[in-house]
Amino acid sequence: MWVYEKKLQYPVRIKNPNPKMAKYIITQYGGPDGELAASLRYLSQRYHMPIPEAKGVLNDIGTEELAHFEIVGAMVYQLMKGACPEEIKMADMGTYYADHDNAVYPSTGTGVPFTAAYIQSKGDPIADLHEDLAAEQKARATYENLIKLADDPDVIDPLRFLREREIVHFQRFGEVLQKVREYMESKKYF
Amino acid sequence: MNHTHADNERRELLEQIRAIEFMTIDLNLYLNTHPNDRRALNEYNYYTRQLQALRKEYEMRYGPLTNFGYSLSQYPWAWINEPWPWEEDHYMEGC
Repeated sequence: MWVYEKKLQYPVRIKNPNPKMAKYIITQYGGPDGELAASLRYLSQRYHMPIPEAKGVLNDIGTEELAHFEIVGAMVYQLMKGACPEEIKMADMGTYYADHDNAVYPSTGTGVPFTAAYIQSKGDPIADLHEDLAAEQKARATYENLIKLADDPDVIDPLRFLREREIVHFQRFGEVLQKVREYMESKKYF
Repeated sequence: MNHTHADNERRELLEQIRAIEFMTIDLNLYLNTHPNDRRALNEYNYYTRQLQALRKEYEMRYGPLTNFGYSLSQYPWAWINEPWPWEEDHYMEGC
C-alpha cells in the first residue's frame, strides 16, 4: 500500500518555460536510466531478495524513486507549460507536441516510449543488485549531462538534488550486495 | 508573481517539513543496512517526532497532506484543494 503525500520531495519552481530543456530532461521521466525504470526495477526485484535488509532497501529506494519520478514530471510540466507552439518548434520539440501537446508523457527526448525492456528482474539477487548499482551510476551520469546542458538555476537546483540521491542509493546497494554475499556464503549457496 | 503573506507562511512551513522529512528518509535508508546503529536510530526517532508535530501543525492550518485515512478533513472535502505539488509556486501565464 502506498499513501500519497501532497508535496514534492524537493521543490520545483521553474519561472521560465524552456521546451528544449524539457526535451533533454524527459528521458529521466520515461527513458532507460530514468526514475520510472528505477522504481519499477527495484519494486519488482524486491520480492525475491533473500534477507530483510535487501527487501527494505529495494522497497524504500523503489518508493523514493517514485517521488523522483514526480519531481522530474513537475520539471517537464513547468518547462512546457508556458511555451507557445512557435517556441516548441524552435526547440525541435514539434514532433513531441504533435503527439502530446504540452502534456507529460513517459518517453525519451527522441520520442521512444517507456518500455519495461529497460529493466530486468532476474531472480538472482547478486545479478539484480549489480544491475541496481549500474543503474544508479547511469542515472548519476545522466543528471551530470543534464546539469551541463542547463543554464537556469531553477532547473539546475533540483537536478543537483536528484544526482546526489543516486550516489546515496549506490552506497546503500553496495552495502546490501555485501550482506547478501555474506548470507549466501553462510548458506553455502551456489 | 505576487504571493500573499499567508501563502509565504504556508510555503515556509512546507520547507521545514521537507527538510525534516529528508533527514527521516536518509536515516531510514541508512538504518536498513545498519539496523544496530543506536545513534542513527535515536536520530531517526528524534526527526520523526519533529516531523509528526510539523505535519500536524501544517494540516491544521492548510489542510491534509496525506489521503486514504491518514489525515482528517474539514468541510468541504479539502484534499482536492489547489495547489497540487507540481503547481507549487507556479503562476505562469499560458502562451
